[in-house]
Amino acid sequence: MSGVRVLVGTRKGAFVLTSDGKRERWDVSGPHFAGWEMYHLKGSPVDPNRIYASQCSGWFGQIIQRSDDGGKTWTQPGTPPGERTTPEGMPKGESNKFVYDTSAQTGKPLTTHQWYDGTQHPWEFKRVWHLEPSPTDPDTVYAGVEDAGLFRSTDGGQNWQELAGLRGHGTGPRWQPGAGGLCLHTVILDPSNPQRIYIAISAAGAFRTDDGGKTWRPINKGLHSQYIPDPNAEVGHCVHHVAIHHSRPKVLFMQKHWDVMRSDNAGDSWQEVSGNLPTDFGFVIDVHAHEPETIYVVPIKSDGEHFPLDGKLRVYRSRAGGNEWEALTKGLPQSNCYVNVLRDAMAVDSLDKCGVYFGTTGGQVYASADAGDNWTPIVQHLPAVLSVEVQTLP
Amino acid sequence: MIRVILPGHLRALARVSAEVQLDVKGPVTQRSVLDALEAQYPMLRGTIRDHVTQERRPFLRFFACEEDYSLEPPDTPLPDAVASGKEPLLIIGAIAGG
Repeated sequence: MSGVRVLVGTRKGAFVLTSDGKRERWDVSGPHFAGWEMYHLKGSPVDPNRIYASQCSGWFGQIIQRSDDGGKTWTQPGTPPGERTTPEGMPKGESNKFVYDTSAQTGKPLTTHQWYDGTQHPWEFKRVWHLEPSPTDPDTVYAGVEDAGLFRSTDGGQNWQELAGLRGHGTGPRWQPGAGGLCLHTVILDPSNPQRIYIAISAAGAFRTDDGGKTWRPINKGLHSQYIPDPNAEVGHCVHHVAIHHSRPKVLFMQKHWDVMRSDNAGDSWQEVSGNLPTDFGFVIDVHAHEPETIYVVPIKSDGEHFPLDGKLRVYRSRAGGNEWEALTKGLPQSNCYVNVLRDAMAVDSLDKCGVYFGTTGGQVYASADAGDNWTPIVQHLPAVLSVEVQTLP
Repeated sequence: MIRVILPGHLRALARVSAEVQLDVKGPVTQRSVLDALEAQYPMLRGTIRDHVTQERRPFLRFFACEEDYSLEPPDTPLPDAVASGKEPLLIIGAIAGG
């Protein structure tokens, strides 16, 4: 019987939640890496036992972890415990090393971005926000980092190289950090075109490459952000998350700071589809596994009040690809709820009845085994949830 | 034999339960001790000092013999008591964040 594995990153460790295909009873494993911030965990689509994890700390920096047994055991790639050097005598411990590429050959030595006060500020690596494993190769994985940059490993996470063309394409000095930092938080690998990658940065916007990461261009036409000097600027928009359905990789759905947006031409232009949402501020957005026009958001009151409107935790679903939204509330708290749902904290499974999952800053992970009609908390008292990913197991 | 006491999170990362003992060849300094530590426990590379600049991470301090050596140049000899193994070098995480 098929099953589901939910990978949860929190402020104080990682948790692995597993269930069979009924998704009624759950086993909870963790905390893994107790006490560390776990920004993101994600499994390889071609080898579900391979999971990459971003472990970080304000004290000790960035650690990349990898499991090859579905999350039971972990190791830093290339550095098994007890081994000091590679067979060639080279030092280990390279998997934590993220160094911006400043060579002229790969995109020009871009060294500053815009700081909160408008001055230029040096690029400084802080952490990995998002790990995106390749859909075809378990050893290839991308990392979106703060300060915004995109890195790739082709050896299972042992070594990382920046795709420097993103920072080098020219608009970098106009990127500025959002409240959470200048983070590259979304990486979408086009399942039909290995040369095409979409990424999103707060607060710079969305970008696309059509040549495997060598060259990039902003794809923000149609975004309108009244909190920046030119509301229709080429870059500077605070994109919170972007999602696609694998069957239609040119159709993008975006939760911007304010506004839910849609593009039908691979990001060349966007139109607003907030429709009847009670507020169109929010962080997460995701797409039903089998219905490409069914999308989910969790509206948050405002940029100044990061909690649900009226204290009611409501997922909103559109079956029309936006504009027409219905509130999903069964099983969710409808009074005195003041949690947030962060940008990488929603995911779907691909079982026949699509499961939808999201985690909150209050430590709850909610699951729906019927596409959002009914919700049940899997766990209720974890540390603040930073990310939720789901693996549908054979 | 040089003795080093790591913060709890780094002990977990290195999979050690108590203090670490290191062989250090030549002068016993911050740099030589950390070089030996990272050689024996490569999973700690980048967690105490920056991968590239080799500078101490800002929220970590180095204490020994009831003194703070954090701001000493990395090639300054550590106290004889550390070099002889009588006293440990303590790597301390700053108390911050509540």
